Amino acid sequence: MCDQTFLAITFGPCDNCSETKPLMNIYVKNEPINYCSLCVERMACQGLGPNETLATLKTESETLKTKLEEERAKLHDAELHQVAEKVEALGQFIIKTRRTLKGHGNKVLCMDWCKDKRRIVSSSQVRPFRWRRHEHAVTMPCTWVMACAYAPSGCAVACGGLDNKCSVYPLSLDKNENLAAKKKSVAMHTNYLSACSFTNSDMQILTSSGDGTCALWDVESGQLLQSFHGHSADVLCLDLAPSETGNTFVSGGCDKKANVWDMRSGQCIQSFESHESDINSVRYYPSGDAFASGSDDATCRLFDLRADREVSVYSKDSIIFGVSSVDFSLSGRLLFGGYNDYTINVWDVLKGTRVSILFGHENRVSTLRVSPDGTAFCSGSWDHTLRIWA
Amino acid sequence: MDTISTAENHTEMEQVIVAMQDPDLGIKMKNQRLLITVIPHAMTGNDIVEWLMKKYSIMEEEALHVGDLLVRHGYIYPLKEPRNLVLRPDESPYRFQTPYFWSSQQWPASELDYAIYLTKKNIRKQGQLIDYEKENYNLLHKRINHTWDFVVMQAKEQLRASKQRRKADRIVLECQEQAYWLINRPPVECLTPRLSQRDRGKQSNTKCEHSSRMCPITHITKRTLVRVSGLAFQDGRGVEHLKKALGRSRVKSSICLESFIKYSEQYFSHDPMMHGCPPSNPWITDDITHWALNTNTVSTPTKLRVERWSFRFMELLSDPLGRLKFMEYLEKEFSAENLCFWEACEDIRHGENSRIPQKVSWIPHRQFLAPGASKWVNVDSKTMEKTLEGLRRPNRFVMDDAQMHIYFLMKKDSYPRYLKSDLYKNLLVKAIAPQETKRSVFPFMRRHRHSSPNPALVAQALEEDGKAKRLGSPRITSPATSP
Repeated sequence: MCDQTFLAITFGPCDNCSETKPLMNIYVKNEPINYCSLCVERMACQGLGPNETLATLKTESETLKTKLEEERAKLHDAELHQVAEKVEALGQFIIKTRRTLKGHGNKVLCMDWCKDKRRIVSSSQVRPFRWRRHEHAVTMPCTWVMACAYAPSGCAVACGGLDNKCSVYPLSLDKNENLAAKKKSVAMHTNYLSACSFTNSDMQILTSSGDGTCALWDVESGQLLQSFHGHSADVLCLDLAPSETGNTFVSGGCDKKANVWDMRSGQCIQSFESHESDINSVRYYPSGDAFASGSDDATCRLFDLRADREVSVYSKDSIIFGVSSVDFSLSGRLLFGGYNDYTINVWDVLKGTRVSILFGHENRVSTLRVSPDGTAFCSGSWDHTLRIWA
Repeated sequence: MDTISTAENHTEMEQVIVAMQDPDLGIKMKNQRLLITVIPHAMTGNDIVEWLMKKYSIMEEEALHVGDLLVRHGYIYPLKEPRNLVLRPDESPYRFQTPYFWSSQQWPASELDYAIYLTKKNIRKQGQLIDYEKENYNLLHKRINHTWDFVVMQAKEQLRASKQRRKADRIVLECQEQAYWLINRPPVECLTPRLSQRDRGKQSNTKCEHSSRMCPITHITKRTLVRVSGLAFQDGRGVEHLKKALGRSRVKSSICLESFIKYSEQYFSHDPMMHGCPPSNPWITDDITHWALNTNTVSTPTKLRVERWSFRFMELLSDPLGRLKFMEYLEKEFSAENLCFWEACEDIRHGENSRIPQKVSWIPHRQFLAPGASKWVNVDSKTMEKTLEGLRRPNRFVMDDAQMHIYFLMKKDSYPRYLKSDLYKNLLVKAIAPQETKRSVFPFMRRHRHSSPNPALVAQALEEDGKAKRLGSPRITSPATSP
C-alpha cells in the first residue's frame, strides 16, 4: 500500500509540441503524458481512412445506431409484464440470514461457490483471502484480491486483483502446507483484474480487466488462448453461458455496454447499450437465452439474446444506490440484487415487481451468488461478513 | 461510517431532497424547539419517514433506511445530537443542509477551510476539542504553519460576525458547518477515501486529486487510457460492428417472453427458494439429508432429479449420474460410441493445451473416425472431410463440427427414445420422493454440523483407486469422508 498524492499538471509545456498551453493528462501505452488538446486530437485521428474524419465516423455510427433500434423495435410485439399477467403472483416471501461468516479482517470483495454446493471461497481487500468450509477457514497468501473463483473440480482456486494477474492455487489437504509456494500465475493484464471464472474444466480461465479487455488462458502453460477487444473502458464483470454449445460469454463494463462474445473467434456477437452508468455485474438466465445486469444507475435490466433487446427494467424510485451484483434463483423466477445502500432487493423477473427487501448488512453489499443447487444464496459485504440466506 | 457513493447517487439524492422541500408537496416545516431556542424551518424525524413512505409507497423499514442514508450523506442534519448522524423516527428535530454544503458541489474542502473551522471551535470551546479534532488541529498546525496567522485571523473574524446574528441563526449555521465537516472529515480512521478503490479506477479526473486528504491514495487508473489512444480505431470498428448487427436475425418478443414463463413454470417445483426442497432445506434445518440424497454416487436418484433429465438434453448430460444412466441405455442400444465420442471431444476442448495434439491424433481418429474404427461414429461426409482436414493442424476446436453433429444426433434420436424407454421409466418409479419434514417436529433439536468431504481428498482417493486398478493390485481404499 503506497501513500501517493496524485498531482495533475494542468498548464505548461506540451510534451509533443512544446508550446505552453492547457494540458490533458492521458496515458499512452501505460506511460503518463501531458499533451495539449490539439496534439491529442491529432493523435486520435491516426487510424482514419481516406475521406474519413472523426466527425464523419461519429455521424455514421449514430445513424446506424438509430437504424438498429428501429430494426429491434419491429419485432417487439409484447412487453414481459403483459405476457406475465396470467402467471400467478408469488406469495409472501420469507427469507432470512441462516449463517453469518465472520473472520475476514476487511471488506469482502468477491465470493464463489464450489460445485459441491457447500463450500465457498471469498476474497477481501487487504487480508489474505479465505477458503471457507462450513465454518473452517484456510488462509491463502494473496493481497488486493478483487476476483476469485472456485475450480469445477473443487481442487483449486483462482484469484487476482490489483496485482494485474490471475493466479491459481491448488487446494491441498494439509492445512499447514505453504500454499504460496504452489501458486501458479496464469493471466497477465496491464491493469487490475476485475473478474475471473473457470470454464467447464480446471484447465481454462476467463478473465476481465480494467485494461478494457477480456482474455481466455490455458492454466497449465499460462498461455493466452484468445483475447476479446471491444469495450472502450474498464470491463467489470463477466459470466459464461450455460448453453449447449458452451461457447459464449457476456461481459459488462464502464462504457455502459454489455457485450456477448464468441470464445472461439474472439468476436463480439451482440452488444447492448441501455444502461445509464457502469455495469457492475452480469449473470445469465438459467436457460441461457437471456442475461441480467446490475448497474450504478440503480437498475437491473433483463436482456433477451434472441429478441436482441432489453425486455425488462427492475427499478424503484426509492432505490437510489447502484447495484453491485445480481444472480437468479434456480428457476429464474427470482432475481437477487445486492445494492450499495447495504440492502438486497428480490425481484419477480416475470412481473417486474419487487418481492422483498432484505436488511442485515451494515455496509455495501459487494458480491452475491446463488448456490449451485439453488438452496441458498451468499452475500458478501464491506462490513467484513458474509451471510448465507435461505 | 463509510459514505461511499458516486456522482450519480448524489444527483438522485438531491432530487429526493428537492422534492422534500417542495412548498406544496414537500414536508411541512415548522419551528422546532431546541431547549429554550426556537429553530425555524425544521422538521421531525417522524415527518421525514412518513413523507418518504407516502411518496414512494414503501414500508416504514425501507423509508427509515432511505432517510438514514440521506442523513449520513449530509443532506439532512440532526439538531439535537449533531454528532450522531442517524435518522430517528420520533420527534427529534432535523433540518435540510444548505446547498452550499452539499457533497456533490465538489467544494474542495481544503485544509485551510478545515483549519479555520477547527480554530473557531477551539476558540469558542477554549481548547476543549474532541480527541480526533485535537489531533487534526495539531497536524494542521504543523503542516500549514506558514499560514497560521491567516487562519487565526479568519477564525476570529468569522466568530465576530456570527456574534452579531440572532441566536437561532447562529445555532443553525454552526450545525450546518459541523454537519458538513463531520461528513468530510469523519472521525473514523480514514483508511478508505470517499470514492472506493474501484470507483476511483473507474472515474477519470477524480475529485480528490489536489486536495491532499489525510488518506492514502493508491493506484489511480484513468479511463482515457484506451479511449484516446484508439479513438478513431474504436469508432471505425464500432461502425463495422453496427453494420453486422443490423443484419442479424431476431425472434419476436412475444415468443421469447413466453419461453421465460414456460421455463419458470417447468422449474418451479425444483427451485428450493420457491417451493422448498424435500425433505428440508439444509441451511434452514441443519439436516443434510437433501444433499446426501443427491450426490453423484447415490444408487437411487430422487424423483425430482430424474424428472429434470427429461426437461432438456443438456440437463441429462450435465448431471454425472444422468450421463451414467444414459450411457447404460446406449450400451444396450449399441450406440454408446456416440456419447463416448462426445465426451472425448469435450475433453479436448477443455483440457490442457499441451496435450491436444496427442489427444486429437489418437482418440478421435483412431477410435472413432477412421473407417473400421472400433467405435466408429456416424458423421456426414461434409463434416468428416472438414474434420480430417483440420486434424492436420490440431487445435482446441478442430473437433467442434463433428461434436456438434453427434450432439444433435443424440438429442434428436437417442434422447427421446431414452425418455420413452423402460430403463428410464423404471428409474422414475423407483426414484425416492422424500417427505417434507415439518419444522415443528424438531423445534429444539440442534443438529451437529458436519463438514462436507473435501473435494481434493475425494479426487485424490479416486486417482489412487484408479492407479491401483490399472496396476491390477487389490487395494482397500478408505472412504472419502471427513469427520
